[in-house]
Amino acid sequence: MADTVLGLGWQESRRVRWKKTLDKVAPILLSFGLFIGIATVASLLITVATTGGDRLSWTLITEYPHPNPANAGMRSAILGTIWTVGLSALICVPLGIAAALYLTAWSENKVIKRFIEINIANLAGIPSVVFGLVGLSLLTYGLGLGRSIIAGAFTLAVMTLPLVTVAAAEAVKTIPEALIHGAYSLGATKLQVTRYIILPRALPMMMTGAILAISRAIGEAAPILVISGLLFIRQDPSSIFDRFTVMPLQIYNWVSRPQVAFQELSSAAIIVLMLILLSMNSAAIALRYRYQRRLTL
Amino acid sequence: MQQQVFSETLLESVRRRQRASKTFNYIFLTASSVAFITIIVIVGSLFYESLFFFNQVSVVEFLTGTEWTVLFVDKKFGIWPLMTATAITSAIALLVAVPSGLATAIYLSEYARPAIRRPVKSIIEMLAGIPTVVYGYFALYFISPNLLKQLIPGVGIHNALAVGLMIGVLIIPIVASLSEDALYAVPEDFRQAAYALGARKVDVVFRVVLPAALSGILASIILAFTRAMGETMIAAIAGGFRVIFSFDPREAMQTMTSFIAQVATGDAPHGTVEYQSIFAVGLVLFIITFVFNIIAIRVVKKWQIRY
Repeated sequence: MADTVLGLGWQESRRVRWKKTLDKVAPILLSFGLFIGIATVASLLITVATTGGDRLSWTLITEYPHPNPANAGMRSAILGTIWTVGLSALICVPLGIAAALYLTAWSENKVIKRFIEINIANLAGIPSVVFGLVGLSLLTYGLGLGRSIIAGAFTLAVMTLPLVTVAAAEAVKTIPEALIHGAYSLGATKLQVTRYIILPRALPMMMTGAILAISRAIGEAAPILVISGLLFIRQDPSSIFDRFTVMPLQIYNWVSRPQVAFQELSSAAIIVLMLILLSMNSAAIALRYRYQRRLTL
Repeated sequence: MQQQVFSETLLESVRRRQRASKTFNYIFLTASSVAFITIIVIVGSLFYESLFFFNQVSVVEFLTGTEWTVLFVDKKFGIWPLMTATAITSAIALLVAVPSGLATAIYLSEYARPAIRRPVKSIIEMLAGIPTVVYGYFALYFISPNLLKQLIPGVGIHNALAVGLMIGVLIIPIVASLSEDALYAVPEDFRQAAYALGARKVDVVFRVVLPAALSGILASIILAFTRAMGETMIAAIAGGFRVIFSFDPREAMQTMTSFIAQVATGDAPHGTVEYQSIFAVGLVLFIITFVFNIIAIRVVKKWQIRY
């Protein structure tokens, strides 16, 4: 009798001890999951900085690409990125904000709204290279725009549209319902509510989303590669119908060459690209924090 | 006798406002239907261009053949080598991203203090913001020579393993953030009820919260998988352009996306079969990812309704 009680007690306590250990170990094991990501980012940054740091110079920004890596720069790629991504932002930011306004404040038909939301989610899941193929088929050859800046910009614009739309819709959703209902109860029209209540409050957060989407477009190489091909461009773009290259493509070009000098060159170019993206992301985050207080009622 | 309550000018201004609202309604509706129109255009143009390809190549050969020699003189059009390469790199990517992303999600949602949560989340977001050419560079110049060559015999400069590992890191944020949303959405009642029954934290997390969030987690994994299949630059830089029907991840192999990248790099003339073949490959890639996406959206919708 006493034996079984004791035995049971002993078993229980071992089980409890095991559970106690598990309880302590679980968060430590789980935090190992973070390690892969953090270790990759750290070693990536170190690799890029150590190989490319010495090659970093102003000529990298002011010079055109050159067969001799010592004289090569990425001026045409930087200008190409500014033109293409700038133009695509002019297209996709207003479009995305308009779409988000429809989805959040304007639509009265749930079925249409749901249908549009599913389409946006689907669009976000399409591989970027497929956008490039469609741009090549429809814009470059179908509409005869050629392998031009405008063809690239349209392609990037529809590719980043879901990102802008979703972020802008989230921004509208943070506005207190009471404000919107209050305005309606005073007789404001939808347009007035949008103009005076929604846009002033949601715009900073919408811009945060837009900046993040634009920085995605800056880093995107695959669709531009399909549309523009791998080019050697030694002049500045002068119109939206010019052929072009962008920074990630220039990096791809240099990375795929076997010489060590080009590896250093590509590392230096990556540093420039990452610095641009980092400053854009910081701006987005700063914007978010700056206006966060204002968003609350 | 009818009395004039409102002046004509006031009525006119109300009408003007209503008209403006209506106009803007149509503008916003048009803007939001761009997504739908784009999908129609994508489907249309991929099918249209593939039509020319399938005029010259039989669909049966395309879908059953195991040799892909489109860029050679003796052309064979069997897509299987490209498909298996894509499957292998994506599978390796999932082997990296699912454990790591899920552990991150559970840690952030159930264990981490707010002071840790924020910096960790921004590092994870940073992973998603790094351009894919940079990952490709890292796979080619660091992962392959410094890591894989030391650990595994027979690994070449270009290999599917490095591609898979790098894509895996790239999709960690997708698994982590979507799974975290799913875990976070599990009602607090569930946890409290389990604690009230005497459960320990580890039981609450793994036997109550995790099963409750399972469909959301599944959706995040499916979405990450489609992203892995569509990743182009990492495969093009670190995977090599050798077409091979093999299941050995140490070999250089060309995925569907890196074939498209190679043809695009070579500037194949408009109208040639090489040019058309990238649309056929793109169509296959589009159909596969689209089906998976729809499944993921369905799964998410189902799970949203439950609570």
